[in-house]
Amino acid sequence: MSRTLIIIPAFNEAPALGRVLASLPKKNSFSLCDVVVIDDGSTDATSTIAKSKNVKVIKHLINRGLGAVLATGFAYARKKNYDFVITFDADGQHKAIDIPKILKPLYLNKADVVIGSRLLNQTSMPFIRKIVNYFSNIFTYILFGIWTTDSQSGLRAFNKKAFSSINIKTQRMEVSSEIFKEIQKNKLYLTEISVQSIYTKYSLNKGQKISNAPNVIWKLLLHRFS
Amino acid sequence: MLIQFILAIFLLFALSRVVLQVRSAKISIGSFLFWTSLFVLAFVGVVDPKITSFVAKYLGIGRGSDVVFYISIVLLFYLIFRLSITIEEVRREITELVRKIALDQKQTASKRSKRK
Repeated sequence: MSRTLIIIPAFNEAPALGRVLASLPKKNSFSLCDVVVIDDGSTDATSTIAKSKNVKVIKHLINRGLGAVLATGFAYARKKNYDFVITFDADGQHKAIDIPKILKPLYLNKADVVIGSRLLNQTSMPFIRKIVNYFSNIFTYILFGIWTTDSQSGLRAFNKKAFSSINIKTQRMEVSSEIFKEIQKNKLYLTEISVQSIYTKYSLNKGQKISNAPNVIWKLLLHRFS
Repeated sequence: MLIQFILAIFLLFALSRVVLQVRSAKISIGSFLFWTSLFVLAFVGVVDPKITSFVAKYLGIGRGSDVVFYISIVLLFYLIFRLSITIEEVRREITELVRKIALDQKQTASKRSKRK
């Protein structure tokens, strides 16, 4: 049976992490699932909670950002020879039942990368977040020439070809757009699957903020022209 | 003029810093050449402002001092851009280090638990 690594980026996620980890199944119809929590220099009980749930924990000594965490997760997946990788947010906004849905196209060899899009169907996403997302999608398209309905989704799945060839260089939130650049560069086949999100006050505080947009744009420009 | 004197002294001081930095191998030869040419040109412009007026006429700009301002602003923007890229590179290197330590620690921990 194939093996999937579920990467959970976590920075001070103690309030929601335990519940998220408890919701994740050990296997599904396509593969066995291992979970790795990548603690990005948390100062709360994130690592302790993860260890108590018997999942693998990799700890960054200092906070390096989402991009750095995903690159660490990919490096770990390559080292341990996993077949598939899933990225899953620690704030509780994703549903574990969506995991088999986004794995299926990879398992059937119909895609190399699957984005769990929160905007393919009717969504309860707050209006301001929809706007941020829409502009991020446009910006990703202008810079990297690839269109997606949800460039900022944290729920993604990659097959071995994808996570072995994607080379993440950006370190913070701009990674969400960089992944699309890498998909284009490595000629990977992308598909989107509609997923549902749970928006709580906690998860909304944790996600991409409009105030962070200029910083993300500047970093992406630097990355594009450096 | 007093301002010429102050600027000339400051530029000579800046030049001496560049020389010291390259002698202690803190900057590359490329950076040394760049900063030396910049400060020498500025020094010449301060000592003999007629040269800047000549360049201004040649470029079709009214006054010599305006040429200095325009060139300085463009140069500053470029330097800030280069500096931002360098900072990004340093951040990337720190991240590489943090990643290596994290993955190595993970490996060491799993070897220990296997021995037990």
